[in-house]
Order: sequence, then C-alpha cells, then structure tokens
Amino acid sequence: MGPMTKLLVQRISLGLLLLLLVSVVIFVGTMVLPGDVAQQILGQSATPEALANLRAELGVDQPPVARYFEWLGGLLTGDLGTALTSGQSINEAVGRRFSNTLFLAVSAAVIAVPLAIFLGLLAVRYRERWPDKLISATTLTTISMPEFVIGYILMFVLGVQLRWFSPTSVGYRPDADLFTRLESIAIPILVLTLVVLAHMMRMTRAAILNVMQSAYIETAELKGMPMLKIIRKHALPNAIAPIVNVVMLNLAYLVVGVVVVEVVFVYPGMGQYLVDHVTKRDIPVVQACGMIFAAIYIGLNLVADIVSILTNPRLRHPK
Amino acid sequence: MNNQLEYFSKRVTKGLMTRREFVGRAAAMGVTAAVANTMLASAVRAAGPQTGGTLRMGVQGGSTTDSLDPALAANSVATQVNLLWGEPLVSLNDDGGLDGRVAESFEGSADAKTWTFKLRSGITFSNGQPVTAEDVAETIDRHAGEDTKSGALGLLRDIDTVRADGSNVVIGLKNANADLPYYMQDYHLVVQPGGGKSDPAAAIGTGPYVLKEHEMGVRFVFEKNPNYWGDYGYANEVELIVINDNTARVAALQSGQVDLIDRVPPRTAGLVSRAPNITVHSEPSAGHYVFIMHCNTAPFDNNDLRLALKYAMNRQEMVDKVLFGYGSVGNDTPINSSYPLFTEIEQREYDPDKAKFHFEKSGHDGSVLLRTSDNSFPGAPDAAALFQQSAAAAGINLEIKREPNDGYWSEVWNAQPFCTSYWGGRPVQDQMFSTAYLSTADWNDTRFFNEQFDQMLLAARAELDDSKRKQIYADMGTILHNEGGLICPMFNDFIDAQSDRIAGWVPEVPGFAFMNYHAPMRMWVVS
Repeated sequence: MGPMTKLLVQRISLGLLLLLLVSVVIFVGTMVLPGDVAQQILGQSATPEALANLRAELGVDQPPVARYFEWLGGLLTGDLGTALTSGQSINEAVGRRFSNTLFLAVSAAVIAVPLAIFLGLLAVRYRERWPDKLISATTLTTISMPEFVIGYILMFVLGVQLRWFSPTSVGYRPDADLFTRLESIAIPILVLTLVVLAHMMRMTRAAILNVMQSAYIETAELKGMPMLKIIRKHALPNAIAPIVNVVMLNLAYLVVGVVVVEVVFVYPGMGQYLVDHVTKRDIPVVQACGMIFAAIYIGLNLVADIVSILTNPRLRHPK
Repeated sequence: MNNQLEYFSKRVTKGLMTRREFVGRAAAMGVTAAVANTMLASAVRAAGPQTGGTLRMGVQGGSTTDSLDPALAANSVATQVNLLWGEPLVSLNDDGGLDGRVAESFEGSADAKTWTFKLRSGITFSNGQPVTAEDVAETIDRHAGEDTKSGALGLLRDIDTVRADGSNVVIGLKNANADLPYYMQDYHLVVQPGGGKSDPAAAIGTGPYVLKEHEMGVRFVFEKNPNYWGDYGYANEVELIVINDNTARVAALQSGQVDLIDRVPPRTAGLVSRAPNITVHSEPSAGHYVFIMHCNTAPFDNNDLRLALKYAMNRQEMVDKVLFGYGSVGNDTPINSSYPLFTEIEQREYDPDKAKFHFEKSGHDGSVLLRTSDNSFPGAPDAAALFQQSAAAAGINLEIKREPNDGYWSEVWNAQPFCTSYWGGRPVQDQMFSTAYLSTADWNDTRFFNEQFDQMLLAARAELDDSKRKQIYADMGTILHNEGGLICPMFNDFIDAQSDRIAGWVPEVPGFAFMNYHAPMRMWVVS
C-alpha cells in the first residue's frame, strides 16, 4: 500500500469514527432537551390519556439504548427509518429537502467562491490602497451582520420596494425551470454570498501576501513581470492549499449553515425541516439530518486535506 | 362624471380593467386615490362573489411534522387545512349561533341529555361515497374512544353513547349539557368516511375543496370539490403557503406573492395598512393573554396576594404598549363580549393603594417570581416588564425569569406556579370554563378548585333557559374575578390582512382568525 492510499484509508476511517461519535452526541443531546415527542406533538392540547396512547404508538416508551441501536442498525443498511411525528419515510423527505438545500448552496457557491478569490487577488494587487481597503471594509461589514438582518434588509429593499426579485422563496418549485427557480432564490443567494465572502476573501489575500514575501517573487518582480501575472502564475499556485481549506470550510457552511436563511425566506430545504423536528423531539429525523450535516463537514474537510497534500510536493513525497 | 366612474368600477369588477387603470382614470377626473378605492370596494361588494382564479394565503404556524389526521390538528395551518377539505356537523354562523353543515338540524331532549342530529340528505364525500349516520357516529367514536390521540377528547368526555338511527345520529350524555351542539363545531371533528378509522390522514371529507397536492409545513394546493353540496368555495384553487416568519409573511403579501395572511404583528400593522392595495382587518376575539397563578401553591394560595397582583396590573397600558391598541382590556375572567351570554362586571382598575393593602394583608414577605417566554404570547417579556414596573409602584417586588421558548409548554405552563400564557377562546362560556376552570379540567392551569363554581357550571349545562344560564355565568365570572388565579390584562384582536386582489371579507365573524377559517371559501378573486 502506497503512502497516499494509507493516508486516505486512515483519514476516511477516522471520519467514520467521528461520525459514530457525533451520532451518540446528537442522541444524548435530544434526550437532554425538556419534553418528549408525544408532548410536543399534542402541545397545549395534551391530555394524559392522549399522551400515553401516543407514546405507546410511537414506541418512545422503549429504553433509549435499545432505540439507539435499532436506529444504528437501520442506518448501516441505508434505512433512516420513519419520522415519529408524521410516520413518513425519512429517506424520501430528506432526499427531497436535501436536494433543495444543495441547489441553494451550490448556486450561492458558484457566485461566492470565484468572486471571493477574485476580490482577494484584487486586494493583493492594490494592497494598502483604496481598492483593498474598500473590499475589506465592505466584506467585513456584511460578515459582521447576522444573516437574518441582511436578509430582512434585502427582502424589504429589493423585494418589496424595488420589486426586482421575489422577496421570499414561496414560489420555489423543485420541478420548475432553472430561471424560475433561480429568480425565487435570488435574494437568499445574495445574502449567503455576502455572509461567506469576507472569510474566503481575507484568507486568499493573506495566503497570497504570505507567498509574496518570498525571494522568488522578488526575482520575478526584478525580471519586470507584470504584477497580476506574478500573482496568477507564481503566488496563487503556492497559496492554493490554505485557500482550498477555507473554500471547503465555507462550502460546508453553505450547506449546513443555511438554516437561518432558509427559515427567513421560507425555502423548503433542510433548515426548516430540521428545526421543526428538533422542536418536536423527533429523534430519528434529527439524527438523520445531523449525520448528513456531519458527513458533509467531515467529507469536505477530507477533500481539503487531500488537496493540500496533492499540491504540496513535500507532503506528497514524504521521506 | 360619477356615472362614468361607476361604469369604470363595474368594468374593474368584471376584470375588463385593472385597478391601477381605474385609479388613474379617477385621478384624471380629480378624484383622490382614497375615494377611488372606496368606490371600487363598494362596487366589488355590489358585484357579488365571482368564481374562478386562485386564492393564495400565507399562514403562520405550520410545521413539517404536522399530520393530515384531523384529530392531531394543533395549529392554524392544520385547522385551516381540515376545514377546507372537511366539515363538522355544524359550524358557527356570523351571529354566534350554529348553522348545520353535515347535519341539517339538531334537537335536544328536555333534560339536555340526548341530542339528535339529522343529517343533510343526499350529500357525498369528495370521493363520491354517500355520507351515512354510521360515518358520523364512527367519527365521534374515533375522537372520543379510549385509544384516541384527539385534541377534541376533552370536549367529548361526557359522551356516553353514539348511535346511528337511519339518517339521524343520536348522542347520549352522562350529564346534561345544553351546549353539546357547540362542541360539535370543533375543527377536529370533521366527518370522515368510516370515521377515518382505517385511513385517518386520507383528507376525504365533505368540504368545499379537495386536497390536490401537499408538502407538510410548506404548501397545500386545493381544488374545488365537484361533489360539494353547499355554495361556499368561489376560487377554483386555494393555495395555502406556510410562512412562519412574520417579516416574510408581510413581505409576501406586500409584493403580491399571497393575497391573504394572518397574524400581522401589532407593532407593524399600522405600517402595513398604509399600503394602498392592502387592507388590515383587526377583529375582536375571545383570545386573551394571561398571567396565571396556581391557587393551591404558596404564596399564591393566599387570595389577598392574588388580589394584590390583580390590582397591581395596569391593563390599559398593556393594551396600548403590548397590543399597540389592537385589543381590549380584560377583567380577570376569560370571558368578554364575544360570548353570547356575556354579562359585564365592574372593571378592575390599576390601583396601587389597594394592591399595597392586599399585599400587606397577605403577610407575604419578599419578592414574587414570574416566569415568561417569548412564545407564551407575542410581547410577553415586555408585558412582564410593564407589570414589574406597575407592581413596584405598589411596593411589590416582582422577579422575572425568562424561560426558553423551547419546552415552555411542557416545563413551565401548567407546571410552574406563576407564568405568562395565552388562551385562544371558545365559542361558548361552558367550553371555556370546562376547559380550564373546572376542578377536574385537564388544563386547570390556575389550579382552581372551587366546589361552588363546579356545581354552578353543571347547573348551567342542564339549564335550557338562556336568561337563567346567563345569570349563572355572571355569578361564575364574579367568583373568578374575585378569587380565581388568572390575571387577564387583555383580549387580543386577530389581525389579518388581505390585498385587493381578493374580496368578500365579512367583519366580526365570531370564532378564530380568517373569518373563523372560512375566509378562503367565502372570499373570491376579483382580478
């Protein structure tokens, strides 16, 4: 087995172990929350009889450990089980919801990632001058505001006042044509872009500036190479590892962290689905969503690791 | 000039001219937009209901965890969905009385223990199956049976027997109850084929619409029920979109993504109503916000302390600052003028001196702990802070504990001795009292155990003479007002809003919001 394969196997098995631990943490977490699924379903209208009947029907009167292992068994065979509250298949609901979330996240990423890297390069080119300062000031302002605040502002200005885009995503249909779908999520895409831009932009800027201190850049400069070409041909390839790292982290955030944006804009993704089921203590669904989110985080970080190894000859060919 | 405008307004109602064009023509004739809009509204009313189009509503309260089983309905989305595809035996009419729906008429025996509902003849479910008395009996049995999870069980506990008798359904009660027909209008009790026992979530009923597609907590699309017996249901399609976020719901209405929304926040209702194409409907309701004390738990087991706190509440200030005027003051009973047998009792005013007097008399030493959360009612933490101020003026130190929203209904409400909460109100006094103030009530959230009160409630149920019942309820109200554990500072209005794309709103319909959830079938699309 080559060192690369060994490394990969090691990383993946560590990731799986981590996932298992995450599932235990989520399960224990939902147990600690006050109230149980039966109480939450019936809410204020719960009578003791109705509660007892519902608990028995849902099987939540079984001991927690037994329920956990039953769930784990299902997961290993690819069956996420059924939601306690609605009795519907989780696989089906999650599949539909997750593809909506992915659509939103990918749409935002397609704009945010190139834009952030471009702005980062621009900031390096004009470092410590007004374009650099303007870019930093703007992106740092937008990252400093909570998403829902930016969301409400854009909803009001672009949606209600100017009527450029739909203020909410209530018109979103998964089976509509691409243009209609994009129009209904235009403002959420913008919000997400504004939220993730600063982190990636600043990291790109810092990573390239770091490389720019090197002797070979100075040589290139002395040769009379134009600045943008130096950045593109010499600095960027050597700064790729930290940039990929931060891009992956932000991609994970786009998938996992869109909960607030989805809820605010009434977008039928994983966000509202997860929030509703946490409120109802619907443990199988919370587990399923938690596992998917954890898998994405771990998976994307794995990709970042591998890319940084591949781009670094010293890591690629260890002594 | 007026004739011409009238002609134009008729063209608008027929859809031959847009509203914008109309306002433009009116302006050209020197008529202001406000006057033009008023003219248009009366023209629309005069034109009467129009059929066709899609009515889209944005509703708060839905969740992806909801079920289509009407027995489990516990929020406004589920209630609205139930009443679009299904109908109970009877429903509230605009005067607070009852109209027959699946039942054509009903009659009680002289002792109010046996009730006979005569079914409307020749009506069918949306799948074409005729409605039989067995279906109705099975429906009631499913909600009242031993293994039920129905939210209506509390209402049906007194039912002894239900049997089908030809085209009649006969309900026998353990105790007399003159208000039984009112129980049957509950939104859980929509009639289903076979009582919905084999498939509770099939959404097959006798309502004006049938469910075409749905995604729980996201959206529901209904189309006209071709087999519907009645005259409700003007729009070809009703689309119900779940929008839980207040700002998003209002924005969706303002931008024309939906035509009708509920729960406009009182804080922004004034702003929303300024838009020319939007009308805000603030409807008085039986819903109220409460501060509830457990009458059997120290220190609240002392009536002087309870009275001290009642006098320390500035009710008008609450209406002004928490409801922004969209409501009315309460009087420490759960009953207001929206109930048919309401009797006014002397309004309790904010009186720091009396509060001080009762507080000292109670002998209580130290502070009083009040628990609150954002979801106990909108603005509850603010209301608690106002209460703290007004109580401080009477020398009462109120300590406020902010509880998390999550888990409030299971851990704090009906569990802790003093907290904030809300009630949606009921159509008749008997239901409100039996739900929360009878000693044996499941949700006796003030732990109010008063034998005299219980006896009066049972006596009122058996009393078929309305004037005598009214007197009994007045006396019960006085008992609660003086001895009960609830401080009721305010009754909240239901604040709905519509765009001018739809018409037909009827003001002051008793019951819940959205014209007691009949707005989508009683309103129509105008353009």
